[in-house]
Amino acid sequence: MKPERNNVSLSVLEEKAKFIRTETVRLSRIAGAGHYSSTFSCAELLAILYYDQMRLEPGQPQWPERDRFVMSKGHAAIGLYPVLADLGFFDPSELDTYTRLGSSYGDHPDMKKVKGIDFSSGSLGHGLSIGVGMALAARMTQRDYRTYVMLGDGELSEGQIWEAANSAGHFGLQNLVAVVDRNGLSIDGHTEDIMTVEPMEDRFAAFGWEVQRIDGHDLNAVREAFARLPSGRNGRPQVIIADTVKGRGVAHMEMSLDWHVGNLVGEDYDAVMAELEAGLRPYEPESMA
Amino acid sequence: MTKDMQDESEIFRGTTTGSTRLRDARSVRGTPKAGMPAFVLGEELADLADSDPRIVVATADLASANRTNDFRDRHPERFVNFSIAEKNMITAAAGMASTGLVPYVATFASFAAILGAEAIRTDCAYPRMKVRVLGSHSGMSMGFYGSSHHALEDLGMLRCMADLTVVCATDANHLRAILRASVDHPKAMYIRLGRGRDPEVYPSVPQITFGKAARLREGTDLTIITCGSQVRASLDAAEVLAGEGISVRVVDMFTISKMDRDEIKAAAAETGAILTIEEHNITGGLGSAVTEVLIDLPRCRFRKHGVPDKYVEVGPPAALYAHYRLNAEGVAEIAREFHSS
Repeated sequence: MKPERNNVSLSVLEEKAKFIRTETVRLSRIAGAGHYSSTFSCAELLAILYYDQMRLEPGQPQWPERDRFVMSKGHAAIGLYPVLADLGFFDPSELDTYTRLGSSYGDHPDMKKVKGIDFSSGSLGHGLSIGVGMALAARMTQRDYRTYVMLGDGELSEGQIWEAANSAGHFGLQNLVAVVDRNGLSIDGHTEDIMTVEPMEDRFAAFGWEVQRIDGHDLNAVREAFARLPSGRNGRPQVIIADTVKGRGVAHMEMSLDWHVGNLVGEDYDAVMAELEAGLRPYEPESMA
Repeated sequence: MTKDMQDESEIFRGTTTGSTRLRDARSVRGTPKAGMPAFVLGEELADLADSDPRIVVATADLASANRTNDFRDRHPERFVNFSIAEKNMITAAAGMASTGLVPYVATFASFAAILGAEAIRTDCAYPRMKVRVLGSHSGMSMGFYGSSHHALEDLGMLRCMADLTVVCATDANHLRAILRASVDHPKAMYIRLGRGRDPEVYPSVPQITFGKAARLREGTDLTIITCGSQVRASLDAAEVLAGEGISVRVVDMFTISKMDRDEIKAAAAETGAILTIEEHNITGGLGSAVTEVLIDLPRCRFRKHGVPDKYVEVGPPAALYAHYRLNAEGVAEIAREFHSS
């Protein structure tokens, strides 16, 4: 059995979050289009999960005791592939084929093609149900793995999310952890303008979930939230609502509706790479400037 | 229309009444339980689960109606009731399957296949999860419960999904055979069931292979290709027509995707005329699938018969089958017309 958690230093995790962002920019250029801002918002969350928290065995992708991860917001897979490669699930050079004809790596992840992807995703609203099934299976097979599901905030408008939330509460799936990347925007605008998703804590709590709400870009806060998760299969399902900034890390993308899908080329590409390499600057909402 | 076609015994009345008594009974309204698919489902799955820890069963608030409660009683730790949340059930089953379990999820076909179509495609077929979606009370077997509860489009909707094996259970023994063969089948499956009181076609559990049709009656003048509830009707029709000097071959094409092309080819070559009979909308189902094979073959006389492309009338099932000529008499009429045309 591998050690439960890794306790990687915050400075290393910071570099990993930066790596997720720069790889997203690099791979998007190969594709000619990419989900930049949805991936930037969850970079810290992915870094903590994969480098610090999850029980994994990259040499053995089907290890039955591994923690499961479902990228319900499948369009952020572009940030997950480099992590899996970095951890040794596959050769990083494979990512040079990203989205090209015959590649294993498309915009949305295919579990049958990519080692380390625990479930295919892309159609929003499905991931939490997948997680419910994985968590129920852990109970039926007496396994101690934990199932993490990364949800977007926009997909909380899908009805199936609440079918899943209700069932997780009813079944008492404490081994299920939802992480909401609460970046505030869906494609057409601010979530609260398009369709209300708040009060999110109350909604999950009403279905029997234990709720934490944190700053999703504060590595220390994210790590502490994961550290507070109870062990054991039975109890209350867990949700970490991570307040994030869509596009975080590149000033002109932050909370911009223009970069859900985009394409950086030429000087813009170089400038964004340089900005990301310099590390996160304090977030300054434009509207408050 | 005869009075017995309106007989209430032909309608789904739930299989819930006095469940304890029902569990202990050997027969229901005169029919031995062992011969009724409704009572085979839960028990057969429980039998399989006795020796296979991968098998789990789920339903959506219909454990009584589809008798998955027979499974629940024997393997409670491997039974999940998702309540009236079919999409969550099917997708969660895919999550379970990803860990190596083999989930069987059962509800009415209208909800399993039509409501659940995207979950079947995206979460079961595409990632090749070994989920078995059981759609009972398919076609118009729910009778006067109406079109919301009918599944006359399920075959058309699901048969075009890659990596999904779509099969129709014909009777109790056929259902046993399908369930046994399904456990190690490498793909996701949709198993279409009738109303649970389907009359006997197979006197013992047949040897089956998915994708290989069963030729149940030889004939030389025409071939009826059919499935599910219409197999018994077609066999009975063939018997009537034999008395009139018309020799009818009957094929149970129980695998809808991928179809047995060789059997269709043989029917075309050896009988020169093919009639498809299905309890399904005439568009998109078995008949349409057969034409997709025939188009590549030498010219052959062809007719398809099913439910017209509109929502069906209100009525008890037997009356509806008679009205839409999907009982033995109706099929005989259709075949007679086709043969003489």
